[in-house]
Amino acid sequence: MTVREVATRAYREGIPALAASAVGGLLAGVVLGSMDAEFRAVPGLLVLVPALLATRGNVYGSLGARVATGLHQGLVDPSVRDADPRLFRAVAAAVLNGLIASTFAALVAFAILGAIGAGPAPLSMLVAIAILAGILSGVVLSGLVVVVVFAGYRRGYNPDTLVGPLVTTAGDVFGVAFLLLAVRIVLAAAGVG
Amino acid sequence: MQTDWTVRAITRAMLPVLLALTLVEIGSGLVLGSFEKELLRSPSLLVLVPVTIGTAGNLGSILAARLSTAFHLGTLSFDPTDETLAGNAVATVALSATVFPLIGLGAWVLAELTTGARLSPATVVVVAVLSGLVLSVLAVTVTVIATYAAYRFELDPDDVVIPAVTNVCDVLGVVVLFLVVGLIL
Repeated sequence: MTVREVATRAYREGIPALAASAVGGLLAGVVLGSMDAEFRAVPGLLVLVPALLATRGNVYGSLGARVATGLHQGLVDPSVRDADPRLFRAVAAAVLNGLIASTFAALVAFAILGAIGAGPAPLSMLVAIAILAGILSGVVLSGLVVVVVFAGYRRGYNPDTLVGPLVTTAGDVFGVAFLLLAVRIVLAAAGVG
Repeated sequence: MQTDWTVRAITRAMLPVLLALTLVEIGSGLVLGSFEKELLRSPSLLVLVPVTIGTAGNLGSILAARLSTAFHLGTLSFDPTDETLAGNAVATVALSATVFPLIGLGAWVLAELTTGARLSPATVVVVAVLSGLVLSVLAVTVTVIATYAAYRFELDPDDVVIPAVTNVCDVLGVVVLFLVVGLIL
């Protein structure tokens, strides 16, 4: 193939996934753009945003890839009703790892911002937001990944090609939406909001 | 090697990489925090943040997946005149040049409809397009280096290159946005 043929093919195959994730990213951006009051109320929250969003993508992307491989190998049946205990363990591991990484992100951000004198919000508040947002998005994203990968597989789509665009799009939208919800709940509980 | 489907085995395989990537992303958060005032003052720039990060990561991960497959099939050589390498690099820049003008316009429209945009649509589109073009060149560079490193160290590029490239491009997305905003505004 010539350079031109390779480029045309790569371009055509790349556009759908990129367009889907751009729509998801813009929706996430709208939520983020309306959160200036929350960012002012919780100093250091903005520093956490890339880590929390990337954790969603990394953890649930990996869960999706694992479930897709399990389907290909016949380890997992594409049915939620008669789900294999292996599937529950994979979901539990994903949610647990997501929570550990989110908490770790809050600790590191707090430590660095404190060390450079940036005056972050209290550690308990950052950790509570990270954990609450991690649980809320974890439940929704793991359910969504499993259901979509199963449904796609049963209809004859290759689950591997579904996982990437799904997780980047849904991960951004739900990641930011549940971050906003978590911040509001924690601020209300702290008596600030 | 196949990981067992237990919480312990999955955690052991995933957590170290996940924590390392979290540290990288905190770096990108600190860059974001350093221009927080500018972002909070201009909602259209805040709207651009997740989509710029996400698209930069995706440009890298699409390219990484394609190079990785070509590598496994034995149709890739690390030579600038290699058709697979050059064609995919050209496609990455073209993809970026297609989506970023729309992203910039979309971000301005959405900010205007929700909180009210402060910057002009032309400014937001220029910020998006300039960031996108710089990011596509960086995504190509990072992906080719990472794929070549995987090849030299005899690692499977599927395991290593895609997460590394996606997260590095996330960080570069924020850094480039920061530099472009500083240059234009």
